[in-house]
Amino acid sequence: MRFELDADAAALRDAVAAVLTKEVTGSVIRAGWPDGDGAVVSAAWRKLADVGVLGTLAPEAAGGLGLDLNSALPALERFGHSGLPMPVVETIAVAAPLLADARSDRLGDVLSGTAVLTAALGDSGLVPFGAGADLLVLRHGGQLRLYERGELALEPVDAVDGSRALARRTGPAAGGTVLTDDPDEVELAWQRGVIGTAAVLVGLADRMLAMTVEYVQQRQQYGVPVGSFQAIKHALASALVAVEFARPAVLAAGWALAAGVPDADAQVGAAKVLASDAARLLARTSIQCHGAMGYTTEHDLQLFAKRAWALAPDWGSPGWHRARLASALGIGE
Amino acid sequence: MDLRWSVEEDAFRHEARSWLEANVPHGLPSGDTREGFAAHLEWERALFAARWSAVSWPERFGGRDASLWEWLIFEEEYYRAGAPQRITQNGIFLLAPTIFEFGTPEQQERLLPRMAAAQDLWAQGWSEPGAGSDLAAVSSRAVRDDGRGGWLLSGQKTWTTRGAFCTHLFGLFRTDAAAQRHHGLTYFLVPLDAPGVAVRGFERLDGDEGFAEVFLDEVFVPDRDVLGGVNEGWRVAMATTGSERGLTLRSPGRFLRSAERLVQLAEQNDEPALRDRVVQSWIDAQAYQWFTLRQVTSIVDGRAVGAESSLNKLFWSELDVRLHETAMDLLGEEGQLDGPWSRGFLFSLAGPIYAGTNEVQRNVVAERLLGLPRR
Repeated sequence: MRFELDADAAALRDAVAAVLTKEVTGSVIRAGWPDGDGAVVSAAWRKLADVGVLGTLAPEAAGGLGLDLNSALPALERFGHSGLPMPVVETIAVAAPLLADARSDRLGDVLSGTAVLTAALGDSGLVPFGAGADLLVLRHGGQLRLYERGELALEPVDAVDGSRALARRTGPAAGGTVLTDDPDEVELAWQRGVIGTAAVLVGLADRMLAMTVEYVQQRQQYGVPVGSFQAIKHALASALVAVEFARPAVLAAGWALAAGVPDADAQVGAAKVLASDAARLLARTSIQCHGAMGYTTEHDLQLFAKRAWALAPDWGSPGWHRARLASALGIGE
Repeated sequence: MDLRWSVEEDAFRHEARSWLEANVPHGLPSGDTREGFAAHLEWERALFAARWSAVSWPERFGGRDASLWEWLIFEEEYYRAGAPQRITQNGIFLLAPTIFEFGTPEQQERLLPRMAAAQDLWAQGWSEPGAGSDLAAVSSRAVRDDGRGGWLLSGQKTWTTRGAFCTHLFGLFRTDAAAQRHHGLTYFLVPLDAPGVAVRGFERLDGDEGFAEVFLDEVFVPDRDVLGGVNEGWRVAMATTGSERGLTLRSPGRFLRSAERLVQLAEQNDEPALRDRVVQSWIDAQAYQWFTLRQVTSIVDGRAVGAESSLNKLFWSELDVRLHETAMDLLGEEGQLDGPWSRGFLFSLAGPIYAGTNEVQRNVVAERLLGLPRR
């Protein structure tokens, strides 16, 4: 028994964190919104590709790092913390390993950051980054297929988080390449998306907490920092509890999935619930603790809160996962 | 990262499980009543005879030299087996860690084996009528008695768990009358049959005589029963409060078991509107387990837990309340009857209060972990 990141995982996380800290400012996140300068985001993406992180889960022979979820999740948490508006979970956790397994000739462009790859495995018809991606992995019956952008009818939609280039499928897909029709592989890809999103949510929650802790120490009212009031302290203490208990659950579920433990899916669902609820709690608490300052689009806090509201229901909302867990636990049958 | 148990740990689990399955008594009356306490004492002595009473202690004091991991395994098996509450809890889990850290070899030899064997039964003497969460406000005092080589203790302790049934008390007394707050306090070990001690039991919220007031009137305590040095009491006591808030008081096995019982209750009394809350309790018990496994790895690696134990305390105590509230809702009208769930519910309400109220814990978290300013 040892619950501590391995050296590989810590090294990758630190390498990714260094690039993200340098490259991803609030203005880079804003560049991902409609009418933003997408080239700024693409440039940051290519710098991350240089670290190799986009191929974390792809085998070395395919140009990846040949690591597992134990390494991918701490890195994804840092992506969440940064707010970078790119399909990080879709590329790193879900689709790149599928392309590698299927020996797709498009993997090289994806790992170099030249081609943007996204994925949507749910039934809603909404495709994050669908408005800008070059390649898309979608479910087709029992298969996962890789589509070129031109093979799909996609309509950009307005969304609360405008940085995710959200699109809706408006017609049937033509063509595509089958990546897998193995139900176990399809399920695993879904589970990787769920736990990867949970890791990003923990990072978002952690970031909002850090921003708020900093703010309440600077902001003075009644002649003292508002962070000296117990009402603020207690709200932020509860917020820290939520983050600190979600993170180990995410890492443990990732380990279980990587190790092929039989009840891994239950742990993955539990982790997604904890991470989603933590991120939503932080969004609400952070806006409240920022006062009117937090209720503007000028402050960067909104960029992270809106991402949290987008990702909490993505890859199965907390309610959806709780319902699935209820069945797995034998309640209501 | 490896969340598997070793072959040796699995063997330890198997041994614990087999023994518990064969020996756990069921249906004991509450250990917080006079008759129940006696029944639990028998169980404690059976645990000791089989060397399960303090598994993590060195063998020479009655333990098994079990690792922290094995201790967690034993706890999980203990609750899984539905074994009785530990009336020796406050001695074995709160005082003993302090004796291991601050006690002299003489104190360790004299006190620990008797504690493991449930011959000495320890009550905690922190709170006073005027000092609850604000522990540094204790006013019970100790006056030097040079002639006899010791101290004369006077004052009143209260809300002392099982104080009416225990044999000894550990507590903080003011040895330097001129010092303020957390200065000038000393950690004393007091036999409750000493001349000048009067104990009065009183009922907790659940109606059991689980609390006591302890009155001390010039009670003589020899120097050898000072733990950790005169006027060092605050530092010594803080080591124990860390244990109390954190994992040695509430291991994840306890909540994993409660969550499993809740799921079983929900299977029998399914109420679709309550499913979300049932599942959330199960999820939270898992979360507490993962948090603990990470924390124990950290301890095993030699890092101190410190103020992080306040996170444990907030999480387990509030999880326990929510879990029992959900059970009460599943039971509907039946919930008002005296039974394991209603008793558990009443007991859960103590969690956010004892070992420092959760309001104080949130201050600790905010100031020491988040770095927010004190006022």
